[in-house]
Amino acid sequence: MSLKYFQNLPLKIFSPLFVFASPMQADWFALNMTRGVTDISNEVFELHMLIFWICVAIGVVVFSVMFYSMYAHTKKKNPVAASFHENHKLEIAWTIVPFLILIAMAVPASKTLVKIYDDEAGDVNIQVTGYQWKWQYNYLEDDISFFSNLSTDMDEINNLVPKGEHYLQEVDEMVVIPAGKKVRFLITANDVIHSWWMPAFAIKQDAIPGFVNTAWTKVDKPGVYRGKCTELCGKNHGFMPIVVKVVEQEEYNQWVDEKKQAAIKMAELTTKDWTAQELVERGESVYAVNCVACHQTNGQGIPGIFPALAGSDIVMNQKDKNIEILMEGVQGAAMNSFSYLSEVELAAVITYTRQSWGNAENGDGEIVVPKDIVDYKKPKI
Amino acid sequence: MSAVIENHHDDHHHGPAKGLTRWLYTTNHKDIGTLYLWFSFAMFLIGGAMALVIRAELFQPGMQIVEPEFYNQMITLHGLIMIFGGVMPAFVGLANWLVPMMIGAPDMALPRMNNLSFWILPFAFFILLSSLFMEGGAPNFGWTFYAPLSTTYAPPSVTFFIFSVHIMGASSIMGAINVVVTIMNMRAPGVTLMKMPLFVWSWLITAYLLIAVMPVLAGAVTMMLMDIHFGTSFFNAAGGGDPVLFQHIFWFFGHPEVYIMILPAFGIVSHIIETFSRKQLFGYSSMVWAMLSIAILSFVVWAHHMFTVGLPLAAELFFMWATMLIAVPTGVKVFNWVATMFKGSLTFETPMLFAIAFVVLFTIGGLSGLMLAIVPADFQYHDTYFVVAHFHYVLVPGAIFSIMAAVYYWIPKWSGNMYDERLGKLHFWLSFIGVNVTFFPQHFIGLAGMPRRYPDYALQFADWNMVSSVGAFLFGVSQILFLFIVLKTVMGGKKATDQVWEGARGLEWTVASPAPYHTFTTPPKVD
Repeated sequence: MSLKYFQNLPLKIFSPLFVFASPMQADWFALNMTRGVTDISNEVFELHMLIFWICVAIGVVVFSVMFYSMYAHTKKKNPVAASFHENHKLEIAWTIVPFLILIAMAVPASKTLVKIYDDEAGDVNIQVTGYQWKWQYNYLEDDISFFSNLSTDMDEINNLVPKGEHYLQEVDEMVVIPAGKKVRFLITANDVIHSWWMPAFAIKQDAIPGFVNTAWTKVDKPGVYRGKCTELCGKNHGFMPIVVKVVEQEEYNQWVDEKKQAAIKMAELTTKDWTAQELVERGESVYAVNCVACHQTNGQGIPGIFPALAGSDIVMNQKDKNIEILMEGVQGAAMNSFSYLSEVELAAVITYTRQSWGNAENGDGEIVVPKDIVDYKKPKI
Repeated sequence: MSAVIENHHDDHHHGPAKGLTRWLYTTNHKDIGTLYLWFSFAMFLIGGAMALVIRAELFQPGMQIVEPEFYNQMITLHGLIMIFGGVMPAFVGLANWLVPMMIGAPDMALPRMNNLSFWILPFAFFILLSSLFMEGGAPNFGWTFYAPLSTTYAPPSVTFFIFSVHIMGASSIMGAINVVVTIMNMRAPGVTLMKMPLFVWSWLITAYLLIAVMPVLAGAVTMMLMDIHFGTSFFNAAGGGDPVLFQHIFWFFGHPEVYIMILPAFGIVSHIIETFSRKQLFGYSSMVWAMLSIAILSFVVWAHHMFTVGLPLAAELFFMWATMLIAVPTGVKVFNWVATMFKGSLTFETPMLFAIAFVVLFTIGGLSGLMLAIVPADFQYHDTYFVVAHFHYVLVPGAIFSIMAAVYYWIPKWSGNMYDERLGKLHFWLSFIGVNVTFFPQHFIGLAGMPRRYPDYALQFADWNMVSSVGAFLFGVSQILFLFIVLKTVMGGKKATDQVWEGARGLEWTVASPAPYHTFTTPPKVD
């Protein structure tokens, strides 16, 4: 019977229950850490293997003696136990020898750690901000800013359609960095603590509100690398992956230009005349990315934790208050400021909530246009 | 365990009261020990059921059984219940039963406080569990409850959680004070400190750790309470506070807490290995010094739980080296156990099987702990399933196996009846296989890159997660057998002799089996 058979065995047993739940590919050999793609991550891998084998050796020695006793010193074979119960030389030896082994492990570990701790600025500096439950990337030199959200279909998560190759490891917009350049990440968070982990670079840094942690990398090999959030950050902790695309410098420059062009287009949109219909259409997608996790698709929220928007007096009748909540957040509650969204996005999403779920019919039905947000942002006298 | 006395009124003192009030009003260390043990077993089953919900959800990728929100409540309650409701009360129960008998004392020093420290516990866990039915659900921020997820972003039930942690803390502190006072004042003449049984030593050290760190935990949750309800900003960066401060305080409690859950196990295992090797324990005084060193070091290693929060280089180096140092006294203990078995005259009754499994599997957990201490490597291990595998190896086949070993070892003394050896061995083998099938693959899953506390995962982790879930159900179901064996023993069976085990040493084996309701009303003579 081949290994293949066993791989599919669970699928055969449970297929009536979970039609699409089973993975299409199996990975019995995903047993160890993988080598990284940077000097540091390879060094970390070597260090991991070194301490692993030292631990295995210690285990083999200790357990061999023990198993030998269990075999040779049973009551049957050795009816009268020996009477020794101390041996100072032996005891000193097994205190000192482990100590020396520890030093042998600590020296390379400390050296690698010193290399990792390098605070110098990079050729490219990117601010990484954790949000519930997405990542924001700000390229400090080029003034590029965007969010990166999970792009896996909800239907895959709910086992309604087969899962794709990069299930839960794919995003709508990847972080792009140039190959062969030192890239520094400045990592922080906007709400709770997150942690930015990219195994291939051996970077794991907590993203903490009020703090900026740094980490750096230099990747020579272009490619797409996938990582995850590793600090429990609430409901969708498992659903905010990280994807970094490493490209050659030329391609990187091209990407930077495209992003800048897109930013200019966005600015033009702010001044355009918007109809309610256009705003609602645009707002729906903004809502799906930013609001739906808490307030739900039907606008009902989750009783006791996340308030309903459907039928809310603020959403139906108090346009100014509505803008204020999105811009400032709600003190002491999970609702954060969303002022980092563009004026167009903010106006669209507010209008969407004011026009949906019967809110327009039961309330004043007013829409919010990007100019309202621009006005709100102007200094107040 | 509960039928200790019914047929055994050989004492001229009064026996236990009848009915429910016996248990409500009791100040008898044996009754209270029994209460603690049954309570912890109930919590073990509840916490275990939650673990099975977690493993069922992780059986395959995709969300099948629970919502991510409820999943987070399960991981939180599972951790809190197993630690504060399962392992800790079990050890306090064993201390109650055994410490007075081992030092030749008639009872615990503070019997009324003993009653109080037990009877507030059910209320603490009632409050904690009732939060499952509150609006917004139970605490969902992990048993480590990092702020601000546990403050600004927490469900309203967090206030009840804080209250229940306070009650658990009060219970632990009272229990610990009782143990210290008993050991310090009530040893029979001739029981000098360096002649105390190792279980007593281990509990003396544990009790000091508890007294030192439970107030720190109380401080942490009180600061949370202030942040949530009284407008302070201890942990709120926007108000000038510091979320990392929470982690420093929490782990200053948390790391000694880890040893609180393993030191009594060291004591238990030392007795059992000595007994079934029929040979005096190797290196008694080095065992004591090793436990003391471990306890002292536990106060200077807390930040190894926080290597990724952005500590300065000097701090990372210090905490790495200090943590590695713990391997030395821990190694000494393991070597001593092996040397005790060496050239002994071994038999493998159920307690010995659990004790040997403890030494092997705890050592594996200790070695993975050493790997986790290496900071650059920890950047890859931190908050992955490798950590989950590590601490379950030291807690399940570590702490919990030692508790099971203790029950098998002393239940003949408690109940007067021998347990069924065949069933005991079956229970051992099922548990042993179950625990390894559950937790060994989690090393693979973690190294391959799956973070902990994920309700759903990428496809490359699917196979070993499935194996792990199968193991968890095997382990879980096996514990029903444990319940059955204990009940069967309590209700009847082959009568135990006073000595019970051929190689057993210590005062508890000099009293009748079952131990009379009152023992050592006059102190025994010890040379």
